[in-house]
Amino acid sequence: MTKYLMLKHYRGPKDYVENLPPSEWAPGAWDAHVQYMDDFADRLRETGEFVSSTALAEDGVWVRFDGQGRPPVTDGPFAETKDLVAGWMMIDVDSYERALELAGELSAAPGAGGEPLREWLELRPVMEPAPTVAD
Amino acid sequence: MDVVGLRERIPLVVAVLVRRGADFASAEDAVQSALLRALEVWPQDPPRDPTGWLVTVAWRAFVDIVRSDTARAAREERVAAEPLPGDVPSHDETLRLYFLCSHPSLTPSSAIALTLRAVAGLTTRQIAEAYLVPETTMAQRISRAKQRIAAVRLDQPGDVGTVLGVLYLLFNEGYSGDVDLAAEAIRVSRQLVALADEPEVRGLLALMLLHHARRAARLTPSGRLVPLAEQDRSTWDTAMIAEGVAILQSALARDRLGPYQAQAAIAALHADARTAGETDWTQIVEWYDELLTLTPTAVVRLNRAVAVGEADGPRAGLAALSQVDPMVPRFAAVSAYLHERAGDRETAAVEYAEAARRATSEAERDHLSRAAARLRDR
Repeated sequence: MTKYLMLKHYRGPKDYVENLPPSEWAPGAWDAHVQYMDDFADRLRETGEFVSSTALAEDGVWVRFDGQGRPPVTDGPFAETKDLVAGWMMIDVDSYERALELAGELSAAPGAGGEPLREWLELRPVMEPAPTVAD
Repeated sequence: MDVVGLRERIPLVVAVLVRRGADFASAEDAVQSALLRALEVWPQDPPRDPTGWLVTVAWRAFVDIVRSDTARAAREERVAAEPLPGDVPSHDETLRLYFLCSHPSLTPSSAIALTLRAVAGLTTRQIAEAYLVPETTMAQRISRAKQRIAAVRLDQPGDVGTVLGVLYLLFNEGYSGDVDLAAEAIRVSRQLVALADEPEVRGLLALMLLHHARRAARLTPSGRLVPLAEQDRSTWDTAMIAEGVAILQSALARDRLGPYQAQAAIAALHADARTAGETDWTQIVEWYDELLTLTPTAVVRLNRAVAVGEADGPRAGLAALSQVDPMVPRFAAVSAYLHERAGDRETAAVEYAEAARRATSEAERDHLSRAAARLRDR
């Protein structure tokens, strides 16, 4: 009954030996990674906990308002690929413990060598409308 | 057509089908299709006995469902051979449907979804929209809940307390989109009051009405939170308050106090005050003491500390607060408020900011951030 956003960063842990960008993974490894996430999403659809999931392309720019009547300022690609948010999945679960459990499962998607990637995920609760009983 | 009147008949019709041997999931599907049929047919050709009409059409739909399942041929024979129901179903059957939908084997979110579908008669799409999840997600949640209780036989009446817990959660979900879940919770609770003559059922209904009556005053048109003391009391729904108070009094007269009645009594004391200054805080503290003996939780202690602060001054409130687990939600907000009233603006500003960071809704965060900014500015 609380929605959580799981943000994927693809920032491997420091001790992770296969910390390679996806472009350098073995052929088939990326497909296996994506398949794992698709299966994961399908299971959440079955349990009634799935809300949405989206991958983001690696292109991105910083944008800022630059004064009335002027075009917005853009500052080119803004960060290293590994620092981009690569995508997200939103879930709707009964407890924080369940959200943690699912985030751990998603983090175990296979990496370059087929072993669990152990990527860092950011898990954040979504703000809900104001509760009714609160004065 | 009176769609609400139509939906009110749903639990009764589902209960009749289950009573007559239909499994819960098929019965519920059959009633949904009967409802759709009613929406088509009734405007031109209204039945003399709407409930009887629904039972007959739902029963036929159920027979069709069973018939379409060839593996159940033998059952089809048996089912088709039975006469159509003509009797008036009993209240006990409907009550069992409530117990079934809030069965302890279900998670809270499943129990609420199933209650909204089978008891309140909302469509899966309406429930999904209210919870901002895809319709397929909600359909799965409901279908899994049905599977989970498929084998449950309610030979013994269930625990009313579990049903009340589910309805209270439902009420607290508030509303979004075109379905007002708080209003649904009240509507369903009214039906439950007619079925189960328990003081606590009335206590919960009274509590909901007393809170709901103040809803218009709680947020500005732009969605900003308005604290109780600053609310425009002329916008409170006095008829609803009067009804809530009357229901509460009829419950208290039975002399079997429970936590919902105690909470409703506190809400009634707020509703009773024409201005914030006229609030009878001393009596509110007494009710919190009662509530604490019934449900000794950190949340109740936190709320009690607020009441003590109003009744006996902020220092007494802070002393009461020192007995509360600081990890409880909204602890920082309460502490900030009491420190501000005690004149310690610096501590209050820091704590308001901390409370804003921990807020779980946009409106709450906005309100607390403003409070922090107000103290820093001077």
